[in-house]
Amino acid sequence: MSAAPAYGEDKGGSAGPGEPEYGHDPASGGIFSSDYKRHDDLKEMLDTNKDSLKLEAMKRIVAMIARGKNASDLFPAVVKNVACKNIEVKKLVYVYLVRYAEEQQDLALLSISTFQRGLKDPNQLIRASALRVLSSIRVPIIVPIMMLAIKEAASDMSPYVRKTAAHAIPKLYSLDSDQKDQLIEVIEKLLADKTTLVAGSVVMAFEEVCPERIDLIHKNYRKLCNLLIDVEEWGQVVIISMLTRYARTQFLSPTQNESLLEENPEKAFYGSEEDEAKGPGSEEATTAALPARKPYVMDPDHRLLLRNTKPLLQSRSAAVVMAVAQLYFHLAPKAEVGVIAKALVRLLRSHSEVQYVVLQNVATMSIKRRGMFEPYLKSFYIRSTDPTQIKILKLEVLTNLANETNIPTVLREFQTYIRSMDKDFVAATIQAIGRCATNIGRVRDTCLNGLVQLLSNRDELVVAESVVVIKKLLQMQPAQHGEIIKHLAKLTDNIQVPMARASILWLIGEYCEHVPKIAPDVLRKMAKSFTAEEDIVKLQVINLAAKLYLTNSKQTKLLTQYVLSLAKYDQNYDIRDRARFTRQLIVPSEQGGALSRHAKKLFLAPKPAPVLESSFKDRDHFQLGSLSHLLNAKATGYQELPDWPEEAPDPSVRNVEEEDLSLIETHVGLLGEYTEVPEWTKCSNREKRKEKEKPFYSDSEGESGPTESADSDPESESASDSKSSSESGSGESSSESDSEDQEEEKGKSSESEQSEEESGKRKMKKRKKVAEGQGEGSSSDEGSDSSSSSSESERTSDTEEEQVEPDSWRKKTPPSSKSAPVAKEISLLDLEDFTPPSVQPVSPPTIVSTSLATDLEGLTLTDSPLVPSLLSPVSGVGRQELLHRVAGEGLAVDYTFSRQPFSGDPHMVSVHIHFSNSSETPIKGLHVGTPKLPPGISIQEFPEIESLAPGESATAVMGINFCDSTQVANFQLCTQTRQFYVSIQPPVGELMAPVFMSENEFKKEQGKLTGMSEITEKLTLPDTCRSDHIVVQKVTTVANLGRVPCGTSDEYRFAGRTLTSGSLVLLTLDARPTGAAQLTVNSEKMVIGTMLVKDVVQALTQ
Amino acid sequence: MIHSLFLINSSGDIFLEKHWKSVVSRSVCDYFFEAQERATEAENVPPVIPTPHHYLLSVYRHKIFFVAVIQTEVPPLFVIEFLHRVVDTFQDYFGVCSEPVIKDNVVVVYEVLEEMLDNGFPLATESNILKELIKPPTILRTVVNRSTNVGDQLPTGQLSVVPWRRTGVKYTNNEAYFDVIEEIDAIIDKSGSTITAEIQGVIDACVKLTGMPDLTLSFMNPRLLDDVSFHPCVRFKRWESERILSFIPPDGNFRLLSYHVSAQNLVAIPVYVKHNISFRDSSSLGRFEITVGPKQTMGKTIEGVIVTSQMPKGVLNMSLTPSQGTHTFDPVTKMLSWDVGKINPQKLPSLKGTMSLQAGASKPDENPTINLHFKIQQLAISGLKVNRLDMYGEKYKPFKGIKYMTKAGKFQVRT
Repeated sequence: MSAAPAYGEDKGGSAGPGEPEYGHDPASGGIFSSDYKRHDDLKEMLDTNKDSLKLEAMKRIVAMIARGKNASDLFPAVVKNVACKNIEVKKLVYVYLVRYAEEQQDLALLSISTFQRGLKDPNQLIRASALRVLSSIRVPIIVPIMMLAIKEAASDMSPYVRKTAAHAIPKLYSLDSDQKDQLIEVIEKLLADKTTLVAGSVVMAFEEVCPERIDLIHKNYRKLCNLLIDVEEWGQVVIISMLTRYARTQFLSPTQNESLLEENPEKAFYGSEEDEAKGPGSEEATTAALPARKPYVMDPDHRLLLRNTKPLLQSRSAAVVMAVAQLYFHLAPKAEVGVIAKALVRLLRSHSEVQYVVLQNVATMSIKRRGMFEPYLKSFYIRSTDPTQIKILKLEVLTNLANETNIPTVLREFQTYIRSMDKDFVAATIQAIGRCATNIGRVRDTCLNGLVQLLSNRDELVVAESVVVIKKLLQMQPAQHGEIIKHLAKLTDNIQVPMARASILWLIGEYCEHVPKIAPDVLRKMAKSFTAEEDIVKLQVINLAAKLYLTNSKQTKLLTQYVLSLAKYDQNYDIRDRARFTRQLIVPSEQGGALSRHAKKLFLAPKPAPVLESSFKDRDHFQLGSLSHLLNAKATGYQELPDWPEEAPDPSVRNVEEEDLSLIETHVGLLGEYTEVPEWTKCSNREKRKEKEKPFYSDSEGESGPTESADSDPESESASDSKSSSESGSGESSSESDSEDQEEEKGKSSESEQSEEESGKRKMKKRKKVAEGQGEGSSSDEGSDSSSSSSESERTSDTEEEQVEPDSWRKKTPPSSKSAPVAKEISLLDLEDFTPPSVQPVSPPTIVSTSLATDLEGLTLTDSPLVPSLLSPVSGVGRQELLHRVAGEGLAVDYTFSRQPFSGDPHMVSVHIHFSNSSETPIKGLHVGTPKLPPGISIQEFPEIESLAPGESATAVMGINFCDSTQVANFQLCTQTRQFYVSIQPPVGELMAPVFMSENEFKKEQGKLTGMSEITEKLTLPDTCRSDHIVVQKVTTVANLGRVPCGTSDEYRFAGRTLTSGSLVLLTLDARPTGAAQLTVNSEKMVIGTMLVKDVVQALTQ
Repeated sequence: MIHSLFLINSSGDIFLEKHWKSVVSRSVCDYFFEAQERATEAENVPPVIPTPHHYLLSVYRHKIFFVAVIQTEVPPLFVIEFLHRVVDTFQDYFGVCSEPVIKDNVVVVYEVLEEMLDNGFPLATESNILKELIKPPTILRTVVNRSTNVGDQLPTGQLSVVPWRRTGVKYTNNEAYFDVIEEIDAIIDKSGSTITAEIQGVIDACVKLTGMPDLTLSFMNPRLLDDVSFHPCVRFKRWESERILSFIPPDGNFRLLSYHVSAQNLVAIPVYVKHNISFRDSSSLGRFEITVGPKQTMGKTIEGVIVTSQMPKGVLNMSLTPSQGTHTFDPVTKMLSWDVGKINPQKLPSLKGTMSLQAGASKPDENPTINLHFKIQQLAISGLKVNRLDMYGEKYKPFKGIKYMTKAGKFQVRT
């Protein structure tokens, strides 16, 4: 690879097959004397057993290909090496094969078996590259093999191979379009793929093979929207532009409503569509007293698309930014389109090619939405170093942006441009001034004067351009501008540019009545020089002559005759024709005076002023950002952007059965979620930051820093208040209390366990009183809120007792036990006694999350009656059988999830195991034998029960760390004599513990957990599920979650954290009075989220 | 999508071609040459040229045209962005991207291009992944010329959640350096007042850290940043909510962030230019005098000052004397360039002299625009300051460094 100079000789040489290759090869070094010999040499090298020689030969061959030299005669020698062990040789052989297989189809077939073998290789890279090459060989005879390979690869385990399969689809399609139907099947299958790696490639295949099959997208729409942020940049572009088209067919125009409102506010009545208006806003629709027409409600899926693409405006890739920009331009409501301007302006900093494309699009957008770019006017100012094509585009944008208010600045800027050395640019500037003058009446005179001044410019081009523009301007109001026309007439002596001369002549002819003295004189001069003029000028001379003849025949009759005679013998037939035609028309002949009588009307009819408008007008019927838009012509394969439908197609087609998402491969990072940082580091970090940053924030960051830290004190007070603790209102800062409380908590929780046999109800009442008293006393918002919260929680537990009490054991667990176990990142505020210290101190150890400030906010801000109950009603799933009496030879074992924090380890779910002995003999030595557990799961055994007498029963508590999964914990239950294999599978709802949260904090957290972490399901609530407490009870039965206060009455929110990882699980139930309710679960743990949704839906709809 | 790629040097030779679908004859480039001729200057060649059967999309960098041939509708920026990415990759692989270097490494170039596109659709464009697939040439390998430069395993990045980072990175010295570089784009009018000025900044990073570090970078005054664009590694939501850059960095050099400082902040212009350039109508001599001086520099020295100016065509030659630095004038391109160096506030650099004009020609309409380049070390002109850099996920302590620099971007003085 060291013979670079050798390249120099063959620059630009074409690749004739017989052309000698001597000296062209970098490695040959001019040793070989003839083409044949050299190729022989290469063949020899390829035939050896030495990989290094083969490699050398292949490198030389590839270098030949790169330069466009023909190396096809080596095909047999090369193809032999397709099975070479050396991976680089192999790769280069692939390169060669792909290049020449088309030409040597028969020989290429020799290689196929190697690829078929490669497709079965355990190494995914080899499988993928085998498929790549196999599908790239354009040999029609192997189409069936390719089809088979693609189908197989589409269900490969490796997403990389599946991606390659997606790439292979368009290859096969271009080779044999008859395979379309089969390929669509594969596409459909791959569209359902949930990996980000595949998404972009398969959509690309979709666009190339079957862009019309929009129905394939329905089921995958939401998934694509959610995956989008994690897809690689190239895929993003393709997906976004496909989704733009999709959205245009499926949703209603977001702007239609505005126009409807204005036009006929009463008439539009869409009663039948009422039920379609689901999601946010439908409430208004139904509750509106008026016999309302349907207000426009954006389909939640439409909103989803807009929301998920917006962050991509921050992408480093210009193509992605442009794709999002065009999506917003075509799909977003007017008010929201503005966000794209900033990002597009940013792209102007990029390479000039990028600027070129972006400016074209901005030019189109700025016609429709001028306001959007107005704030960035100065970003379009032109620098002398800009390439001319950029300058002209910027000028276009500036002209589009000019309006009454900014026109002085724009014109001043234009003034400097006129002096530029770049004459094309100056000409464009003059035209721009002309357009400004027509668009903005106020400056028309200023512009005209400016242009007239330019007429004395030394540069002829400038003058000529000015004349042309002036002509257009004058046409608008000729009467006032006689002076200018005179001035122009004088210029005919100097200006040589034909277009300008022609323009002047036309002007004088058209307005000869305004310059009666000068016009004949001009004609005289022109008649003199007629033969030397350009054609375009000659035509105008004839024109002028005719017009003068009609208005002032006395003076000009002879001149006209002269000009017409000259023209009659002109070389150009156009001019001859025109002359003949004009003569017949204006000079009355013997026979027909009919025409000449109307000649004046023909020639001097008032002509409409030309409209000076942008060449970018109406370009937006092409999808922005597309090649077709750039060229203003339909490119091959351009997919028309459809118009909005009149009525929205059924939105339910996009509903998907939520399957077990455990197969989803999650990509994190990529602008998306942040999950890698362990929760605790984040928190401590944040606190550190708070401390550190305080001084810096104090002036510039007015809000966030100081308020947060200032609030933390009263916050901790209020938090403890709400738990009716009289002691902990000491105002210690939350961060301090963190560490202490964690330890104390452990003690506390075990304490509370002991007291759990007592009914919690009495205590609750006590607490309520206390809290109320405090609330009244302090009259602070927090106080009253918390009091109402506790009273409410009591009410729930009351009703529960009355109505549903399926299992007696439930009652036994008091509310206090339902609070979450200690998680590392959570600071627990310890609660001591109630105000009357005599009462036994059982307090719900409640988790208080770290960002307490927001809690407080949430509490104070919600003014509607709150229904917060942190405490979940007793317990979820009932007693379940672990070991049947018969199988256990008399020993029956049941278990329940007690929802108490497990004292030993906060990550463990505590399971109460109830043994009862129904046999005749005592059972001895009950203990857990060697558990066989899936990785991650651990068990804290219960202490051995020494003996269980016949008829007796006992309860033991064991802890299981399920590691946030619903995997089965298998273990052995041993007695002295027997071993029983038993297993416990937790319902997903038991893998979490409730957390306390304010509405605001909830919303904040929910905001962080969108996209892939959000699972939504629609459901219809049966009538039995209409009351508050039933809903709350049903949800909390299924899942161990805490109720979060909520401002609106039809919404229920619950929050919890998974036990092992402490990830938040947020559940929202939007239960509208009519129509479908919507259940949303936000959690990083998607599997848990999905299963939870399933369970809750089941519980609610039963 | 992308059908073929042709690399054309400034003298119009096609020195490399690569096809991803069936072969497109290089005669298609004739349309390009035509457009090139029409455009007179390389930078004025339209980036998109329609031909009867194909569309040619090109970028011009390092005196090479990268011409992509496409056949069907595709977002033009998609192709242009990709071509730029190709150039960046070459630069990353070979240090420079020039015709001789590409020719010397033609096999590597070919292999890289083969990996970057499959059937014309980008396959692997992350430099970290590519480098695992095709190893960049090293001196050793060039000498031995035997060992393979192709990896035989699928790069882990291709499948991982962080495709930009390769796994198993090991360094003995763990370092993370960040350069905050700001550029001032400005247009100054004749009288010295600012017509438009804005600050664009980037944070370039060189991160050599073992394992899978998770970094956070916070600013003292993040509100300055009006508009930002990120490397894909940055967690967008964290930025949205906390204004903290949280990311698992790629290995090696990368651009973490580019930003725009909000327009409300008045931009401090660190230099001024006093100029007196006059042509007289009758005389064949013109006067030329410029002085450069510091304005708002926050006490830092201005270095690397270069003044360039495109003189009107009528200027035949210039005889100038600089008070410091060196100057050149190219009578063919009419480009004046004055390498000033450092500005000493006590003794302001100036360039004085006369211009000889074409006899008889009328005086030019416009005085030449002066373009200014300069650098100020240790200063981010917007006032942006990095507050902290923290690392999680790994145990060792990295060396951390942050450097600030201000440069002139497109800084023009109209005269």
